Amino acid sequence: MKTLMGYIAGLLFGLGLGISGMTDPARVLGFLDLFGAWDPTLMFVLGGAVVTNFIGYRLVLRRKAPLYGSIFQLPTRQDLDIRLIGGSALFGIGWGLSGYCPGPAFASIAGLTLPLAAMLVAMVAGWYLAKAIPSRG
Amino acid sequence: MDWSSSLQGLAGGILIGLSATWLMATLGRIAGISGIIVNLITMRPKGDSAWRLTFLLGLISGPIVLMLLGGGLGNVAGGGVDVTGEVIGAPAGGVVLMLVAGLLVGVGTGLGSGCTSGHGVCGLARLSPRSLAATLTFLAAAILTVYVVRHMIGGGA
Repeated sequence: MKTLMGYIAGLLFGLGLGISGMTDPARVLGFLDLFGAWDPTLMFVLGGAVVTNFIGYRLVLRRKAPLYGSIFQLPTRQDLDIRLIGGSALFGIGWGLSGYCPGPAFASIAGLTLPLAAMLVAMVAGWYLAKAIPSRG
Repeated sequence: MDWSSSLQGLAGGILIGLSATWLMATLGRIAGISGIIVNLITMRPKGDSAWRLTFLLGLISGPIVLMLLGGGLGNVAGGGVDVTGEVIGAPAGGVVLMLVAGLLVGVGTGLGSGCTSGHGVCGLARLSPRSLAATLTFLAAAILTVYVVRHMIGGGA
């Protein structure tokens, strides 16, 4: 049952990315290009997702536990550190260069091209690299 | 302003929000794509890979479903899935650019513990200060990068 729930969540996510046009890097780059022919679409996507999920989490987290699990696994850290900020800055540069963040990049596998394959392989290599960089304290 | 693409963006965004709520309601998990796939690939924690794998398969099948529905959906949703009518757009650069970008996205989301979904969609909905800081940082870095590439180096590509 867990695997079916996971599939439904992924499918909703993939449909959302496709319908909103986020599987087209040109759309994403159009949003990031504030000083060009700005395309506001991504703002509506992120806004719609955050507001929907804000309401959804409020309703769901009133319960004691998820339907198919023992606890809600929520991050607890509140502090800001160089790993978080520096990592996010590096991610932003890569996002700005390609127009792909991880979701749309993997969701676009059905239209695989050589550049996208290179992006995915390098992303996985980057994840392993990040795991090898020790965190302080 | 292109209202049809804004409305489609909003509709897609609501689906993404529902996906995140669904994953929390059923499995008690944050719908962060980078986290889900990292843990799937590294098989940690053990014995918890099946739902991550089916999530990834679902993520990939979403755009496929839209492509199978074809042009009909474009008419229903108004204005087409995108201007060219294709669900999945072409990459913005060649192999070398994508290798560099992919490495940065991988290392960055690995170090920063999340991407647009984990920090953006889920973290902001939880009012997490770490996610707000991360989201503002990667948005600013991405906007600056596009500015440098398009308006300082490229001359309006």
